[in-house]
Amino acid sequence: MSCELAQTTVHGYFDGELDAVRALEFERHLENCPECQASLESIESLRTRLRQADLRERASPQLRERLHRQLRQATGVAPAPVMSSLRRFLMPAFATLAVAAGFMIAWFSLQAHTEAARVTAELIDAHVRSLQPGHLTDVLSTDQHTVKPWFDGKLDFVPPVSDFAGQGFPLVGGRIDVVDGHNVATVVYGRRKHTINLFVWPSRNAEPLAGGSGSRQGYNWVMWRSGDMQFCLVSDVSAADLRELEGLIKR
Amino acid sequence: MQEKDRFEQLVLPHVDSAVNLARWLLRNRDDAEDVVQEAMLRAYRFFERFHGGDARAWLLQIVRNTCYSWLEKNRASELTTEFDEELHQRPSPNPETLASQADERQRLKEALELLAPRAREVIVLRELEDCSYKEIAEITGIPIGTVMSTLSRARERLQRILSGARAKEAS
Repeated sequence: MSCELAQTTVHGYFDGELDAVRALEFERHLENCPECQASLESIESLRTRLRQADLRERASPQLRERLHRQLRQATGVAPAPVMSSLRRFLMPAFATLAVAAGFMIAWFSLQAHTEAARVTAELIDAHVRSLQPGHLTDVLSTDQHTVKPWFDGKLDFVPPVSDFAGQGFPLVGGRIDVVDGHNVATVVYGRRKHTINLFVWPSRNAEPLAGGSGSRQGYNWVMWRSGDMQFCLVSDVSAADLRELEGLIKR
Repeated sequence: MQEKDRFEQLVLPHVDSAVNLARWLLRNRDDAEDVVQEAMLRAYRFFERFHGGDARAWLLQIVRNTCYSWLEKNRASELTTEFDEELHQRPSPNPETLASQADERQRLKEALELLAPRAREVIVLRELEDCSYKEIAEITGIPIGTVMSTLSRARERLQRILSGARAKEAS
């Protein structure tokens, strides 16, 4: 290799990390440097191969559950400031097990009291289930005119289906879930490498659900009612992202 | 309690990234999940020191440190042996499955795992996690000025391993 840039600057250029002046300079150089052209091509093909091979690993539902339990245990005790660092780590794991168990029972019974919390929990379970291989969609399409008719005849209501690819929320597909004993239409959106499930069902009169948001087991949810339909978004993306999608759907 | 909610909203959503980085550093899924659990506990304990900013980079930095401590304790040799492609001869894959997609995935996986951890992590952060150079610097402690050259060397090595493997298959 004789061109030094073919081993350094070309990477910054490819990764979009050069400032405008340097990028322009490099582009001028690139036009006449076959070595840099070859290098750029090879970096690009490496990225394509790595990304297409789907090498990214994700947390298992078991780990999520373990983390959630651990977090609950950790909050069972206020950490004393003068503890040694080793004990600080071990405390929540061992010494507070009893306290944590008490907390868990209290927590569960509290949750059981509220219908909203129960439905949210079911929706989050449905979300976690959908992330298992092969469970995400029954109809896989980025075209709203394919997904919407698919729900027809399978449900006694029609969920709104729109593609928001232009706004960073591409439509992925749809499926039907059973939540709280009723059929629920689920529209699946992508957000960068994450999955967002939009659950839609006709609201029942006495339902104490209306609006709200929160997080549970590391998942954020946003719920609202519009007309006689109930909507809920669940995902591991930030609450702000969910609010943004909510805004798009309501529009 | 508020602290816990903040942690749940800011840090927990990045658990996939944490598992991904740990899986590739430790080259084992089960170990990765154990280490991530430990790292999350650490992150929670240190959370008061997190003053906003990039929560994913902050978490991944802790995950990375926990991974290296784990490697030092359990597989110290991996950290001191610099990778040398000449010494690592891969077994030839079955020619009948060469064309399949699963095989391509397997080939990339093996090539990545042959890289030294410090080269492997920048590839994983850049290509699989889509991290910026600034984030890579923050997570790995590499000075921002040398992220580009580190990444360049790592990509070159990975390509050399992959093309070596391909040359062998062709023969």
